[in-house]
Amino acid sequence: MLARWETLLVLALIGLVALGASLSPFFLTAGNFSNLIAALMEVAIMAMPMTLIIVAGEIDLSVESMAGLSSAILGFLWAAGVPLTIGIPVVLVVGALGGLLNGLIVARGGLPSLVVTLGTLALFRGMALIVLGPRGVSDFPTAFTQLGFGHVPGTLIPWPFVIFISLALVLGIVLHRTWVGRQVFAIGKNAETARFSGVRVTRVRISLFVLSGMVASLAGVILTSRLSSARADAGSGMTLTVATVVLLGGVNIFGGSGTIPGVALAVLCVAVMQNALRLASVTVEVQSIALGLLLILSVVIPTFAHQARSAVDRVRGGRHPPADPVARGEAAPS
Amino acid sequence: MAEPAVAAGLGAARPRGSWVSAFARQRELSLVAIMVVLGALVSIAAPQFLTFSNITAVAVLASIYAIASVGEALVVITRNIDLSVEATIGVVAYCVASVLERHVFDAPAAIALGIGIGLVLGMANGVIVTLLRVPSIVATLGTLSIFRGLDYVIAGSHQVPLAGLPPGFTDPARTNLFGVLPVFVLVALGVVVLGTIILRSTRFGRQVYAVGSNPEAAAILGIPARLVEFAAFSVCGLLAGVAGVMWVMFFGTINGTAGTGIVLSIVAAVVVGGVSTLGGSGTIAGAALGALFLGFTANALPLVGLSQFWLQAIYGLVILVAVSVDAIILRRLQRATAERRAR
Repeated sequence: MLARWETLLVLALIGLVALGASLSPFFLTAGNFSNLIAALMEVAIMAMPMTLIIVAGEIDLSVESMAGLSSAILGFLWAAGVPLTIGIPVVLVVGALGGLLNGLIVARGGLPSLVVTLGTLALFRGMALIVLGPRGVSDFPTAFTQLGFGHVPGTLIPWPFVIFISLALVLGIVLHRTWVGRQVFAIGKNAETARFSGVRVTRVRISLFVLSGMVASLAGVILTSRLSSARADAGSGMTLTVATVVLLGGVNIFGGSGTIPGVALAVLCVAVMQNALRLASVTVEVQSIALGLLLILSVVIPTFAHQARSAVDRVRGGRHPPADPVARGEAAPS
Repeated sequence: MAEPAVAAGLGAARPRGSWVSAFARQRELSLVAIMVVLGALVSIAAPQFLTFSNITAVAVLASIYAIASVGEALVVITRNIDLSVEATIGVVAYCVASVLERHVFDAPAAIALGIGIGLVLGMANGVIVTLLRVPSIVATLGTLSIFRGLDYVIAGSHQVPLAGLPPGFTDPARTNLFGVLPVFVLVALGVVVLGTIILRSTRFGRQVYAVGSNPEAAAILGIPARLVEFAAFSVCGLLAGVAGVMWVMFFGTINGTAGTGIVLSIVAAVVVGGVSTLGGSGTIAGAALGALFLGFTANALPLVGLSQFWLQAIYGLVILVAVSVDAIILRRLQRATAERRAR
């Protein structure tokens, strides 16, 4: 294989940092890095379970709405006088239940997750609107807003980054070093074979969606805290960025391969890119064009790299290309 | 020439069993039945629901969604999805309104331009999916963002007011032929009839279903699957262009956010209309009926005392219920077929 996807991401990251540094003298300051990281943490946190879901051959489009529902319920409960020590656990349970709904319909009903989660994308957002309506709740205590806004004492590391790194470590170990992770890869490669090999496919799939729903509601809590405001439209459009980050991280959209370190690197790349574009005073609209292009390119480039590779192989040794024209090589460390 | 094609079309449907076609036909009928029952219930609670003016108002707006849904249905039948239609509608609507406001084109040329832009954007999706081999969900999630970004960049903060459009341009949205049939409904009916004839009675139509129900088998039969998918995306873009032009006529005032968020309604209409998200089955008449159903739902909500905030949740539920019902029917059918074979 020509190069590991992660190596390419590191090179891209170095290039982007160099670009940012040439655009503005403020780019390479610790304060700027702290900001650019903090701005993408909700997306980064939701991207972690999304990585597992896409590796297992499914997708969860409803995460942005679950983040919104979580924000709406948290705001509603706080405005009704419920303390956050109760509100936050309630919201996480709601997230898990929403994920359970997705998981049950997809895994037990045998329906495509794309359409099911498109349905819950509308359903959860609608529930958020029903709960909170068009108003915003913003009189949260400082101790809570510090969670999204503040830094680890004595450093410029934002608290959400700590949460993200912990989640990445735990899910990275689970995915790449345990039997659970191997089951996820097995399901993504071939669910039927996995079933006959004794993998409880239905149970694993449902668990993944529950995890995704719960983490999405956690992201909603962090978003509420960072913006010091609970709104029903919180997180609108974030699914696009989450999917972009995961696919840019080298996860195969058809399932079966992908790595957590790759996705974490992609998070950094996108964060630096958005920051550099902002420093170059590129408008938000053009940034959304860039993000869309990036999403498509992150699938196109590996596909064609793979085709080029198998063409080279064929010329060299007369080897036959693999049956699956879009498989992305062995991205998972074994 | 047409007759053998029709006969072959019927012949192709027969091996799947009269069961399947009965259920498929029943989907449109059952949707009509649900609409009649719900309509009756709503009109008991709110008599103003069943007035001629209210029904035509709903049907006119639903016509725009129906046309977009027909295009989406075509793409879904080929086992793909197009999430970018709402952005296509937005780009087309703003461009048409803008060229009219600046007197660059007269009305017919502006309409042609709008439909042309829709076609080009649809072809772009088709190229990305078929030539660059990007799965349609990823491709159109990307182009949704790209097209919407283009819309914002072109429009900036400008808003074309109703007064900026040439006089009479918005009339088709408010005109009833012979005093009863709104022009928009006629256009939607035309699209559905033409589309149904093409899907049922032409080679292309049967290729669309073949590609959607089994791409590998279609390829073995020598059907140019990629070309069929490309055509489906192109037609979807073209119809989104038509819907975008109608959007301008209906709303009159257009800025860079036209159509934001309506892709969920369009996909919901397709799914409710009985088009299988697994590809290969469903009709465009069903999709258009689905759009009409959702239009009446949106209209009935405030009449029965629910706020507009309920709409999105109800659309979500409708999608989930529709796909679940499909799955249950499919499973029953498979079991029945298996039992028949065992005997």
